[in-house]
Amino acid sequence: MALLTVENMTHSFGGLTAVRNYDLSISPGQIVGLIGPNGAGKTTIFNLITGIYAPDQGRVVLNGEDITGLRPHEIASRGLGRTFQDLRLWRHMTVLEHVMLARYSRLDYGMWGAFWGTPRRWRQEAAAEKKARELIAMLGLSHLADQVVINLPYGAQRRVEMARALALEPKVLFLDEPTVGMTPEELDQIIAIIKRVHRELGLAIFIIEHRLKFVMELCQRLQCLVFGEVIARGTPEEIQNDPKVIEAYLGEEKVA
Amino acid sequence: MAALHHAKAGFKGFMRKAWSPFAATPALGWLLSALAAVLLEKWLGLALAHALGLPKIPMLFGFIIALKKPFLIPGTLAFVFIIYLLPMALVARFSAPLANRASRALLKAPLAVSALVHLALLYAALHVWAEVSDYRDITLRLTMIAVMLTLSLNVINGYMGEFSCSHPGFMALGAYAASVFTVGLFASDRLFGAALLPPQLAPFLFPLALALGGLVASLGALLIAVPSFRTRGDYLAIISLAFTFIVKSLIENLEWVGGPRGLSSQPDLASLPMVFAVCALCVWVINNFVTSILGKATNAVRDDETAAEAMSINTRRTKMAAFMFSAFWAGVAGGLFAHVLRYVNPATFGIQKLAEVLAMVYFGGLNSVLGSVVGAVGISILGEALRPLEIFKWILIPLLLILVMIFRPTGLIAFREFNLRRVLSPKEPPQGRS
Repeated sequence: MALLTVENMTHSFGGLTAVRNYDLSISPGQIVGLIGPNGAGKTTIFNLITGIYAPDQGRVVLNGEDITGLRPHEIASRGLGRTFQDLRLWRHMTVLEHVMLARYSRLDYGMWGAFWGTPRRWRQEAAAEKKARELIAMLGLSHLADQVVINLPYGAQRRVEMARALALEPKVLFLDEPTVGMTPEELDQIIAIIKRVHRELGLAIFIIEHRLKFVMELCQRLQCLVFGEVIARGTPEEIQNDPKVIEAYLGEEKVA
Repeated sequence: MAALHHAKAGFKGFMRKAWSPFAATPALGWLLSALAAVLLEKWLGLALAHALGLPKIPMLFGFIIALKKPFLIPGTLAFVFIIYLLPMALVARFSAPLANRASRALLKAPLAVSALVHLALLYAALHVWAEVSDYRDITLRLTMIAVMLTLSLNVINGYMGEFSCSHPGFMALGAYAASVFTVGLFASDRLFGAALLPPQLAPFLFPLALALGGLVASLGALLIAVPSFRTRGDYLAIISLAFTFIVKSLIENLEWVGGPRGLSSQPDLASLPMVFAVCALCVWVINNFVTSILGKATNAVRDDETAAEAMSINTRRTKMAAFMFSAFWAGVAGGLFAHVLRYVNPATFGIQKLAEVLAMVYFGGLNSVLGSVVGAVGISILGEALRPLEIFKWILIPLLLILVMIFRPTGLIAFREFNLRRVLSPKEPPQGRS
């Protein structure tokens, strides 16, 4: 059974239809890629599934539960973690605080516990810190744990964002252009990390990406989006050789 | 520019050298030294003041006397040096080993024990200092109320990064709710008739009155929060400013609480120990909140709300809870304020009060418990010390604020977490021999 399905999703901004009749199905442990030229509506699809926008039409089902129209934090706590294309970190906070905050939905000590510092609060926060430190170690950030994020190099900030998303213990991880602006070494590093995360945590991953090297190496299935519509879907090889994709997307690159 | 930098570095080096004898003095040592100084003043202060040609003990470390009668400056300086600086320096320096040992022993017990001992010493020092005159007593109590107000406003303007102007309104709600409670029950008053309960009960029910004031303020906060937290932006600033004016004119038009003439005959319940205890509780609870994950969620909302939502943080709950929490403490502070002055009128809770609290928050530092304490105490003392300058005071203080904004845009001590254990710890590594 599919872990995450999207059926017939459509959304418009004013008169512009940004996404039309979009379908998606991700099985547990599968890595699916979404490619397409700039402005095709890829990030809009992410925002629609994660609840930042409510779709005009269609249904999103996660793990058998209809999550269409829920607020983003409700969707996140049901097991959908994400990163952002334009790094959205909390600029005054340390790496450890970032990852601990994503454990928010696991805390039930309540405001009262926060005010009075009840034993339950200390217990739960200690558990959150332990989990956070494990993830930070997994992403190779242990030596930076107490640094404020804006002081970190770009590649490390990307990893902080990923550690933070993983702290939600998601069933599906959404990565929005995780390699944008990265140097070749950082690119290899992030591929290794995604592979490791996928192997060790058994996550399903949904990636928006431009770099073909990256999607070819990681994804089992691909969708190609142009002007809000999926024009092709299949394995990376099929997509690579699909004439429609080549025309809309790869063709331009060959000319240039 | 280079010369300025050079001077700055030289000044820093000089400060470090001057401070080096005290590098090993823990918080406990400083409290002991303060206690020694105020005890000395209590026993020798008056005699020394007369010997130096001063009419009485300088009330606020000599600032006021120096501004009023400049020819007394040498005597005042000598007094401050002999009574405060010298004994404090000596005690802080030479009690350091003992204080460190005591701090270490105290930390073996739960942190609360150590905290209570420090608080008791702090209270003792403040008590002895305030005993000298009523002026000191009331200034001290108002300063502690300012600390509560500043800290609670910092939760919204600093930690959550919104801009709220409703603190005078919350304070007014708290002040009137608590006053109606105590005046109605314990005072024979022309508005509420004879006392309903014997006055002996009053001190026990006073915390209840304060809590009531806080709750009423929280309800007011709910009224603001519902419309203004739907979106981000300047809405809160505008709605909260309107709220302050609405509360003020509402009270002005309520004849049963005295209207614009105000409400008086509050029983004398906000004594120094009471205000101190409530203030300590307030600082402790707020510090607990802002260091918890639930509290840090306010920081996430401030820095990037979309990311906060995507990381499972319930941003609406966070904003509402933080706002009502902040209003609660402003209400409690208002209740204390009414019982310190034993008279309130609506005109007190206007734009000037707002400017005062905002100045304290931004002067002391955003997102910092210690900053709020420093800001509130600093501006309060400055306000009192410069009182003889009359109108020029309101030129000097804003000028100072502008300077702070230029050189430290987020305030003196911003973005620092207050770690109680570190503050109460001894200041040197444990000795080798055990």
